[in-house]
Amino acid sequence: MSNKSRGRSPYWKANLKLMGILLSIWALVSFGFGIFLRPFLDGFSLGGAPLGFWFAQQGSIIIFVVLIFVYTHFMKKLDAKYGSDEAQNP
Amino acid sequence: MNDVKLWTWIFVGLTSSLYIGIAIWSRAKTTGDFYVADKHVHPVLNGMATAADWMSAASFISMAGIIAFAGYDGSVYLMGWTGGYVLLALLLAPYLRKFGKFTVPDFIGDRYYSDTARLVAVFCAIFISFTYIAGQMQGVGIVFSRFLEVDVKWGVVIGMVIVFFYAVMGGMKGITYIQIAQYCVLIFAYMVPVIFISLQLTGTPIPQLGFIGNSGGEPLLQKLNGLTTELGFTPYLSGSKSVWDIAAITLALMVGTAGLPHVIIRFFTVPKVADARKSAGWALAFIALLYLTAPAVGAFSRINFIETVNDSVYEAADVTTGEKATPDWFKTWEQTSLIAWDDKNDDGIVTYKAGPENEVKVNRDIMVLANPEIAGLPAWVIALVAAGGLAAALSTAAGLLLVISASVSHDLLKRVFVKDLSEKGELRAARIAAAGAIFAAGYLGINPPGFVAQVVAFAFGLAAASFFPAIVLGIFWTRTTKQGAIAGMLSGIGFTAAYIIYFKFINPAANTSENWWFGISPEGIGTFGMAINFLVTIIVTKLTAPPPKDVQDMVLALREPGEGVNG
Repeated sequence: MSNKSRGRSPYWKANLKLMGILLSIWALVSFGFGIFLRPFLDGFSLGGAPLGFWFAQQGSIIIFVVLIFVYTHFMKKLDAKYGSDEAQNP
Repeated sequence: MNDVKLWTWIFVGLTSSLYIGIAIWSRAKTTGDFYVADKHVHPVLNGMATAADWMSAASFISMAGIIAFAGYDGSVYLMGWTGGYVLLALLLAPYLRKFGKFTVPDFIGDRYYSDTARLVAVFCAIFISFTYIAGQMQGVGIVFSRFLEVDVKWGVVIGMVIVFFYAVMGGMKGITYIQIAQYCVLIFAYMVPVIFISLQLTGTPIPQLGFIGNSGGEPLLQKLNGLTTELGFTPYLSGSKSVWDIAAITLALMVGTAGLPHVIIRFFTVPKVADARKSAGWALAFIALLYLTAPAVGAFSRINFIETVNDSVYEAADVTTGEKATPDWFKTWEQTSLIAWDDKNDDGIVTYKAGPENEVKVNRDIMVLANPEIAGLPAWVIALVAAGGLAAALSTAAGLLLVISASVSHDLLKRVFVKDLSEKGELRAARIAAAGAIFAAGYLGINPPGFVAQVVAFAFGLAAASFFPAIVLGIFWTRTTKQGAIAGMLSGIGFTAAYIIYFKFINPAANTSENWWFGISPEGIGTFGMAINFLVTIIVTKLTAPPPKDVQDMVLALREPGEGVNG
């Protein structure tokens, strides 16, 4: 997909980069911490919960919510920078 | 029980009249009103409506119980049914909102410049929605029959009448405002009993924190892990599924969630593209409130269940010092056959452990339904849970009905078969289709095909294997052709359906991990179906002529800042 984005608008490129970062975190906290790295992370604990187990049942969900709001925030900035209808409206 | 019944009638009556009242107030006048609430829903309110739309009878009644008995393995539902919203917010919702029409098949049909693609999408949307709705109507019937001792059949009929009123009259506009009310009812009903149980077990009123807190001097989860291991069950903290199966199921549920049409269309109702992103964030925040509580409910209720039921003396008269009596709620729920006790060794003591000595059979739904009684809470709290379960089932059913009705009146009639259909005619067709769908759903609720529980995997698998790749490639790869998309959707669905049908219906005896491909269960096979769809679409696209210029231009326009491509 990266070679397809060549020559595309800077708005779209910035958007793709942002998505890439956020989706990596999305995969890391769920499939990484919650599933594949769980046995290792369970060696640590958060309160009374083993860390890997906690990521699988609560931590990943909290981070998912944060990720969407971070995306919304940065896209708002991008919209303002590259001009959207909302910014142009009187 | 009479007190409970009275309170339940009061709560169910009050909430139902509230829903119908909102429907009358928000009557739909145009097709825009009916399909997408005229795109005037505030993003936070749409988030709340989406949360109610999404959280079904399964989330409300069954999920915590599944986690209680599956422990770590239950994490697939927690991550899977929330992680999809990240995909929705980043990859789908803003672009589909910007596309600016009414339905998912609208997008598929226009993007792939083909009525064949549109028809494939309509078929998937209707199939997924009916699969799902049968379970909801059944949930309505169960709530009525368990709490009010009304026949399941009449329970479903009452549910049908309520939904009929507000879905047919109000369309999306009515459904949206009613779902907002339903979210408030269901989250309140879910939280109240748990807060009390958390206080009793862990000393904190915040169940999400009690989950990682201490109970009686040791970490609650470690204690539970110890108890389950000691009694021979799967250890709570480690589960029994293979890592790859867990990953595949989680991904299939995530992608399936993002591809479910009744969730996607909620993002067509907000005024602006930026609102679609914001709304997805709020939707997940409202969902997370329940989903962060569910693992706590699971752990609390399992620990309560083991500690109060195991080694308890059934006949109160036989209890001597140092022994505990079987709790009253156990006997109450025995009457509903959700719990059964068979005193195999005739010692009058209830034994609950893994293996042949186990004497207790328990339905997982009990973990939420009996929660208030287990915590010794008053009758009105029990009634509240009934109203909450009803709100969860009705809100999801209404959202699904709308997808079915729009698929018939808009995608089939207006876009394919009767292209000159007037606005008024289309609105009438939408109402008739909604009414027809309610009757079909009611029929399925009263005469549930024996396989309702199994077909849920179907809905997610098919959504993952059909819509998700078609929409994502449609947005992110301008080159994707109609031949590619149609071949991809058909092969994704074909493969997923064949795998599930084989293991669930044709040869259920073979449904064990040795026979599964790469150890992936039918629940997780949507992940493979999705991969096949992506692969086939890409290969066929490479072999066919690029899409027309206006389609490519439309895709490029979707990616730019600013509002609707189609107004």
